[in-house]
Amino acid sequence: MRDSRGMRAFFQVGGIVFALALTTVVLVASKAPPFAAYLNIALGAFGSWEVFSNVLVSWVPLLLATSGLLLTFTVGLWNIGIEGQITFGAIFATWAMRSLQGGGTDPAFVIMLSILAGALGGILWAMLAGALKTFGGVNEIFGGLGLNFVATAVNLWLIFGPWKRPGIASMSGTVPFDKALWLPTLTAQSRLSPSSIAIAVAGIVLVYVLISGTHFGLRLKAVGRNPRAAYLLGIPTWQYMMTSFAICGAFAGLAGAIQVTAVYHRLIPSISSGYGYLGMMVAMLVNYRAALAAPVALFFAALNVGSIQLPIVLKLDSSLAGVLQGTLVLFVLLAQGAREFFARKGGKR
Amino acid sequence: MSGDILLISLAGVLTAAAPVIFAVIGETISERAGIINLSMNGTILLAAMGSFTVALATKSLILGFLAGALIGGFVAAIVAFASVTLRQSQVAVGFVLAVLCRDLSYFLGNPVMGEAGPRLSSSPIPLAASIPILGPLLFRQDVMTYLSILLIPLAWVFVFRTRPGLVLRGIGEKPSAAYVRGANIGRLRYRYAVIGGAIAGLAGPIYSLSVKAGWKGTISGLDGIGWIVLAVTIFGGWNPVRAAFGAYLFSLLQWLGLVLQPAMPGVPAQVLQVAPFPLMILTLLLVNVGNAEWVERSLARLPEPTRRWLSKLLRAMNATPPAALGTPFEDGE
Repeated sequence: MRDSRGMRAFFQVGGIVFALALTTVVLVASKAPPFAAYLNIALGAFGSWEVFSNVLVSWVPLLLATSGLLLTFTVGLWNIGIEGQITFGAIFATWAMRSLQGGGTDPAFVIMLSILAGALGGILWAMLAGALKTFGGVNEIFGGLGLNFVATAVNLWLIFGPWKRPGIASMSGTVPFDKALWLPTLTAQSRLSPSSIAIAVAGIVLVYVLISGTHFGLRLKAVGRNPRAAYLLGIPTWQYMMTSFAICGAFAGLAGAIQVTAVYHRLIPSISSGYGYLGMMVAMLVNYRAALAAPVALFFAALNVGSIQLPIVLKLDSSLAGVLQGTLVLFVLLAQGAREFFARKGGKR
Repeated sequence: MSGDILLISLAGVLTAAAPVIFAVIGETISERAGIINLSMNGTILLAAMGSFTVALATKSLILGFLAGALIGGFVAAIVAFASVTLRQSQVAVGFVLAVLCRDLSYFLGNPVMGEAGPRLSSSPIPLAASIPILGPLLFRQDVMTYLSILLIPLAWVFVFRTRPGLVLRGIGEKPSAAYVRGANIGRLRYRYAVIGGAIAGLAGPIYSLSVKAGWKGTISGLDGIGWIVLAVTIFGGWNPVRAAFGAYLFSLLQWLGLVLQPAMPGVPAQVLQVAPFPLMILTLLLVNVGNAEWVERSLARLPEPTRRWLSKLLRAMNATPPAALGTPFEDGE
């Protein structure tokens, strides 16, 4: 059996069909009407401009996280610490806002500075995981996981401690910033800001160009395929790993900063909202290639936003979106393995 | 704090560590065979939800625990299938399963959320329970806590003192040598991944039917434990006894976090709950840093007594993973 383009597509479609079938089985098993559930998700995501703008709001941080992760995946790193990097971006952005607001500085300048501060926060937290990996021999998966928990703790400590609302600290977060310091949105009610979309689109384009059109990207790939060979060829392996950690951290930090400045206008306990882990799923589903990241991230964001109404309308848990996303990634991975398996068997004959 | 309260609290630490011990020893066995089961976080949640549902429907604790082991074994079988048969990245499949099983447990567990279900009661051991100090500490626990304590030496003897244990270490360390000696690497890796997964799966029902009885969806407080289990496995250096020590240390630190709470009113409870994590990173650093080349070089430059003391300390902390961990084995196809 030849490993042709057609075969590839056949197995990919097969994986998606299997995933949909399994999710439908899960729905039937929990005595829910599958068609109504899917329709509800679709309407919840695309039914009106209002809900679709919410999809775009959630597309921005997801695409930013995915873009950064494409770089770390290219160099062969599992940056699971991205959740913490998003959180630290949000913390740094909030810190910049809090120290600059009311000081008479031009609001547009304050917003810009706090978004940059967010990127810096993400970089620092990512470099910490990178340093643990390169100099301490701590696997980036476990270092990153630990740092995620630490970032959550720091975030909670700030919300309940030094940055608590006057009077009573609460899970609803810090005091909202002045309205002048909110990242401008399309309309007064909308949470969708054109500039955040611009940042996200610029980000994925940058990553695409970096990976497929530059010498830097070529070397990243070389390190990712075979670090030892790359090292022997004279590529400074650890610098490339640290650089990709830093860039991914910057993307994650931007995502956190945008959540703070454009969406919530304050720091809240679960500020990363799981976009980091979801970004890993998107990167895996597109097989670590940047070209498909934007549409797939949009689809995942649509599933997330579309499922919000499920508990009210159909008495189903909104984690159905996660079930569908997870089965999709799992079966596409398994289908890819099956294709290679049959190609091996065919090659032997 | 009076002595009695301290004893009861420490007994509570032993109970709270029981699920972590099952999960860590299960993961250790799987990784000894060369398979990283990164799905642990989802496995534990799905096993907790599934076993609670089964126990609620059948009114049988035994069936509940059985369901937990079955779920754990099944999820591990998917990881084994993807890595042994399909030769895909174990880490990728494990991560997806960690997320998928978590969401699946929240979705499927929705109908039973908050219901009062059966709960494992403690079974004091006659006579032994009345021994001063040791009685309240060790012998008034529930069955699963006793089993968790027994599992530690059993797993150690199996891994280091039996013939199948030798083969187990062989297929994770040097599969080609084990293959030449007639071991079926693929089948054995399946077997130990599933056995390890089933043991780890028991952590689920130990939570939902005992330690944190019930199923409360996203606020069950179980999300994250699986990731800790993976860290403790490394801390344990793939040795069941050291891994169990890590599990006890973790539970002790979490309990200390709770105890210290009133002394630090400015610090929210959630912060102290995560206190073990920075320590975990620090120990991971200590466990791994001895493997780094620059450490050797800088050690060599230190004056003799300090150098000897430091390198001895690092060697004692150090742990090297099974050499073939996470790599597929190509049996001459």
